[in-house]
Amino acid sequence: MTPAPTTTREQAKGTAGPLPGARRPRPRLTRAQFEERFFGVLRWVVIAFLAAITIVPFSYMLMLSVKPIDALLLDPGSLWVSAKDFTLDTYRSVLRSSAEGGQGFLGMLLNSALVAVATVLLTLAAAVPGAYAVSRLKFFGNRQVSAVFLAVYLFPATLLAVPLFVMFAKMGLSGSLVGLAVVYIAQTVPVSIYMLKNYFVTIPFSIEEAAAIDGASRLQTVRRIILPLALPTLMATGLYVFMIAWNEFLFALLFLAADPERWTVSLGLQQLANGIEVSKTVLMAGSVVLTIPVVLLFFSAERLLTEGLTSGADKG
Amino acid sequence: MSTTRSGAKKRRVPTQSSSSRENRAGLAFVTPTFLVVLVVVILPILWTVLLAFQNARLVDIQVNGLFGRWTLDNFSQVFGSPGFWSSLGTTLLYTVGSTAGSVVLGLIAALALRRPFRGRGALRAAMLLPYVAPVVAVSFVWEVALSPQYGIVNEWGHKLFGWEDPIAFLSTRSYEVGLFGIHFDIPLALLTVIAFETWRYFPFAFLFMLARLQAVPAGLEEAAEVDGATLTQRFRHILLPQLMPVIALLSVLRFIMTFNKFDDVYLLTGGGSGTDVVAVRVYDFLTSRFDVGAASAQALVLAVVLMALLGVYFKFFGRKMQEEAA
Repeated sequence: MTPAPTTTREQAKGTAGPLPGARRPRPRLTRAQFEERFFGVLRWVVIAFLAAITIVPFSYMLMLSVKPIDALLLDPGSLWVSAKDFTLDTYRSVLRSSAEGGQGFLGMLLNSALVAVATVLLTLAAAVPGAYAVSRLKFFGNRQVSAVFLAVYLFPATLLAVPLFVMFAKMGLSGSLVGLAVVYIAQTVPVSIYMLKNYFVTIPFSIEEAAAIDGASRLQTVRRIILPLALPTLMATGLYVFMIAWNEFLFALLFLAADPERWTVSLGLQQLANGIEVSKTVLMAGSVVLTIPVVLLFFSAERLLTEGLTSGADKG
Repeated sequence: MSTTRSGAKKRRVPTQSSSSRENRAGLAFVTPTFLVVLVVVILPILWTVLLAFQNARLVDIQVNGLFGRWTLDNFSQVFGSPGFWSSLGTTLLYTVGSTAGSVVLGLIAALALRRPFRGRGALRAAMLLPYVAPVVAVSFVWEVALSPQYGIVNEWGHKLFGWEDPIAFLSTRSYEVGLFGIHFDIPLALLTVIAFETWRYFPFAFLFMLARLQAVPAGLEEAAEVDGATLTQRFRHILLPQLMPVIALLSVLRFIMTFNKFDDVYLLTGGGSGTDVVAVRVYDFLTSRFDVGAASAQALVLAVVLMALLGVYFKFFGRKMQEEAA
């Protein structure tokens, strides 16, 4: 995708470059003026390009999800769906349980939601005390512990996959949704600690000192003062964790592939897409069903999330 | 109230006990988090290291328990197999290409969306879609769109550019391209996967860089403009130095993430057609051959290579970055 801006740059030069001087004899453009105009045009080319590459794939997904497979095969190049082709049967077929002849995505949605919510709760419970301690308290080994939390990032999920796969096979937990949520903690705890820590350090110490003078214990201070103050950040972190767990694929594949009853939506879609029995437009409806919950959640809290993620970036 | 009064009289004692109290509280708060990380991350990683030195298949472990017979067979098998080195090379190409692609596109996007215009908020939101949407859904969309039979890309390529034969983007190892009379082969499937990765992660880079750009003091640029600096000069000498720490951080982050990436490649190509990155090989060893030892050894080699690369990076650039951060 990266070469595209350079080709559009060539085109923009062709249209914007010769225009000003060509009509009337005018004073030659200075370099500064030329650059202002050139990049002024280029900016809009880039904006159009970005809009195209982000919006077209998703509208393509939506559009394919509401037409029958024959319409796709007849005219693969169309970016529109005609009124006579429009159908919602794809959604009916993908959501209905397999007993009723559908693909059972409704059940998978439930599985995904269960895993994701469990992951959020477990992750927050695990991350909040650690993030608080690392950001607020001077204790022996503080720096080492922070380093360990960060180092977790360096290890590939595949490195965890092998022993966890074996461990779960041994404990008979493979195929358990709660087991999967426990595995996801490994993916979500580091980033949660990072996000929470970034917020905790901004809470003034004087608030805690005031609470301590009023006789509140450390635990009470955290519960009554720090956590309510950090509620937006907690929500942002929780949403981010939800997204990670909802979108996760590798561990779901390793642990649940053998048991269709327990498939998450991601896994179910991939497994069905591998076969040839289910038509592509029905699966496209499945993709929409899989995408909509996270997209809705994300946009309902977009500002919260992007600020939570990038806070610290603006400090350089 | 009484405690504060007594604290005022004997100042030294309470400060000492409060610092040791803080120490104890810190340990108490950090312990649960540390235990969780220990159980779900550190112990499994250590176990991988052990498994890599054992001749272990899945059935054996069920019987043998934690410690089997020690051996280096796995490593000689890994290093000896011809596929491993090419796979490592593919991983590197894929990682470098995707990291550079997403950071550069993110930078371009951040510069283009820096100043307000009508619809900026909407576009900004739309641009986050590739990053937010589930990988399984978007990779499926790409698969359908690029399909040689019913894909929209080939249909439009045929109509607009007159492609004679449909191109199988995801299953063509090398594709002959003629440009100005010179013919050469490009690794098409690998490039497609890199394009996908770039597309999916440029919003992440974009977010960070936009946040950083908006924190650049306006006075800096205005002063340069008054001094007659052109747009490119202002970018080169003012914005870029300001952005450099974020670009470096993003590059490292994306490099680490992509190097270990499994989902994207596996979902798009299944690791075929010249896209067999090491992470996908580990998965294949684990699930189709049940060769846990060899899978662990490969995962371990992958992690060691990554750490070596990062070590080199931080040796040369780390000090500079730390100075700037301080």
